[in-house]
Amino acid sequence: MLETIWFILITVLFVGFFFLEGFDFGVGMLTPFLGKSDTERRVMINTIGPFWDGNEVWLITAGGAMFAAFPNWYATLFSGFYMALFLMLLALIGRGVAFEFRSKVENPKWRSTWDWVIFFGSLLPALLWGVALANLMRGVPIDADMNYVGSFWDLISLYSLTAGVSMVLLFLLHGALFLSLKTEGVLRERARAVAYRIGAWTSAVLLLFVVLSYFETDMFTSKGLSPGMVPVLAGLALLSVHFFIKAGRDGWAFIMTGATIVLSTITVFMLLFPNVMISSLNPEWSLTVYNAASNTYTLKVMSIVALTTIPFVLAYQAWTYWVFRKRVTATDHLDY
Amino acid sequence: MEALELARWQFGITTVYHFLFVPLTIGLAYLIAFMQTMYVVKKDDKYKRMTKFWGKIFLLNFAVGVVTGIIQEFQFGMNWSDYSRFVGAVFGGPLAVEALVSFFMESTFIGIWIFGWDRLSKKVHLACIWLVAVAATLSALWILSANAFMQEPVGYEIVNGRAEMTSFFALLGNKQLWVEFPHVIFGALATGSMFVVGISAYKMLRKQQTDIFKASFQIGIVVVLVSSLLTAFAGHDQAQHLMKSQPMKMAATEALWHTSGESAPWTVIASIDPEKRENRFQLEIPYALSILSYNSLTGKVPGMLELQAEYEAKYGPGNYIPPVRTTFWSFRIMVGAGMAMIFLGLFGTIAVIRNKAEKYRRYLKWMLPAMALPYIANSAGWIMTEVGRQPWIVFGLQKTEDGVSPLVSSGMVATSLIGFTLVYGILASVFVYLVVKTVRQGADEADESHDPNHTPNADAAPAPSL
Repeated sequence: MLETIWFILITVLFVGFFFLEGFDFGVGMLTPFLGKSDTERRVMINTIGPFWDGNEVWLITAGGAMFAAFPNWYATLFSGFYMALFLMLLALIGRGVAFEFRSKVENPKWRSTWDWVIFFGSLLPALLWGVALANLMRGVPIDADMNYVGSFWDLISLYSLTAGVSMVLLFLLHGALFLSLKTEGVLRERARAVAYRIGAWTSAVLLLFVVLSYFETDMFTSKGLSPGMVPVLAGLALLSVHFFIKAGRDGWAFIMTGATIVLSTITVFMLLFPNVMISSLNPEWSLTVYNAASNTYTLKVMSIVALTTIPFVLAYQAWTYWVFRKRVTATDHLDY
Repeated sequence: MEALELARWQFGITTVYHFLFVPLTIGLAYLIAFMQTMYVVKKDDKYKRMTKFWGKIFLLNFAVGVVTGIIQEFQFGMNWSDYSRFVGAVFGGPLAVEALVSFFMESTFIGIWIFGWDRLSKKVHLACIWLVAVAATLSALWILSANAFMQEPVGYEIVNGRAEMTSFFALLGNKQLWVEFPHVIFGALATGSMFVVGISAYKMLRKQQTDIFKASFQIGIVVVLVSSLLTAFAGHDQAQHLMKSQPMKMAATEALWHTSGESAPWTVIASIDPEKRENRFQLEIPYALSILSYNSLTGKVPGMLELQAEYEAKYGPGNYIPPVRTTFWSFRIMVGAGMAMIFLGLFGTIAVIRNKAEKYRRYLKWMLPAMALPYIANSAGWIMTEVGRQPWIVFGLQKTEDGVSPLVSSGMVATSLIGFTLVYGILASVFVYLVVKTVRQGADEADESHDPNHTPNADAAPAPSL
């Protein structure tokens, strides 16, 4: 019971992370391309300036929660996906300081260097999270001692890369729509145009991923929870983005990419349950919410802490979005 | 090198590096919060410019502190998976609570503070920086409660070969935590204030914006004196607790091979031979170690060889003596740097009271390099604490060698070690470059519309807005 609650809480944390950091990763990837001048790039960065740090904490919290609630999941995942995680951490380091460093020197080379760090720092984690999720769904070589016995290259396949590319495209779309809500004038028009173009590609690649999943995983026949209509709704939400942009309803379009991210993440976790990591060597060696979990006492204490604090976190993070609800324009005081 | 060795180096390097930035974040947050409070209360624009100037440096430092902290969290899973499996149910708890309670708050409100100058009322905006300071302190409390468990495990029982939490309040009430936490927080305040004082001294010497920097110096130097004294007192408490909880670490710190007589002398310096397990030479102050350990002229302090025999009987064969030279010298470096800070703080405070700080040019010149003192003390302190705990990763429960990830190859650890070290090197260079640049630029000029006495400077180029 408590194990299930914690599985749900970790799902919630990943959903929050992908939804929130999804758009700031998207903005980060778009910055060097959509921003034609330094001012435009600055405007783009400032649209996520007050938020990205708080968004990233969803990942930190997911990591901490996994450590506390499912130590074996935490240990197997992060020692197993070692090189992938290493690359992701390098990307996140670069991205985190780039936001702070880029504007401190006026030299265009300096700025473009950090803009590219922001680009790769947003691209790599998106790609790698897609790869990681695909491997969680397909199963990886895990031995009887819960240790991953494969290499980095075992994680890379056409299937997992398709998942990575879908994630990147989904975040690009999400980010472009966020920009269309937070900017004005030409920049906004460009963001909308990009979203309009990426939309179709995102749908196509995600569809390819679903088809490949049929062959690569036993998710369609597995004993996991049946996600029912959830993935269908995710697909419909994604398809509707196109029409909302056309109709000029950017807000709805953004909500729909958000819904796609949320519903697909929920689908993955539902299909996985009660497993958290599937062993491709022997199903008996899979990690489940039961054999990966902490003791009951820890889960109880952690539940109390989580359930009392998360509402506050949601409240003050929501307040942030309210404080900075206005569009960012070039006439704003952009530096800080 | 083996994966174990490399993983230990990686942990040491990333932790000491991360902790170069953490104390300044905590200490400077309080100083800035105080400066901004002065601005809100006194409505004097000087304090706003002061807040903004120190805020710029704070944010540079904060950025590096945050990104290096992310590595800390995931490193346990990457390099220390058996450790994570063994203690996750206890150790993971405070880490998760830290993220939920403190880190969310810190990261969210810093964002609001940076961008919220013109969008929030003055009081709400001020509350944001106070929340950042409080959240950073709470963050330290949770992380230290996890560290305290490694030093002195409490609130757990071993079930099926792993530690399970039995009392969350025992973890929070850990005696070790409550000697460690004040020492770290006062040390952080000392770091923040030495930083403010060092840079202010530099600007005062150059007679640049003396209104801002003289006032910053005055605020900073008082905090230096008070916080470095408090750090020393808290450290004394910590040492006394160490006598009870980890006598081996204490003995190694004092290079005390044999249990002392009724009154123990304190070894100032020694030439240590860990191979032969003896000191070739040592300089002693009689009674001082007994005073340090028990606040009394008498009191036996157990030596490493006797403790080694005791531990072998208790835990089985093995070497339970930590690297003696490292613990011995890092302790002395820490204490020496701390003493120097107390002295500099006292001298500066007296100078400020007599309103003569600007005249002591040699003193001011020394304050810039003296900014290194808290960094030296912080790093040495952690090295002593963590190295002195060896061979244990969790004292008495798990040895470091048993905590390492069993199937992560040395090539992988070496790659990440080199990768992180290189990137950290770049970060450090850029950080220093940008801090120097920010200091050279100085505080922004007063806003004319707010300050009727301000006369525009014809030479000054308009401040770049992008």
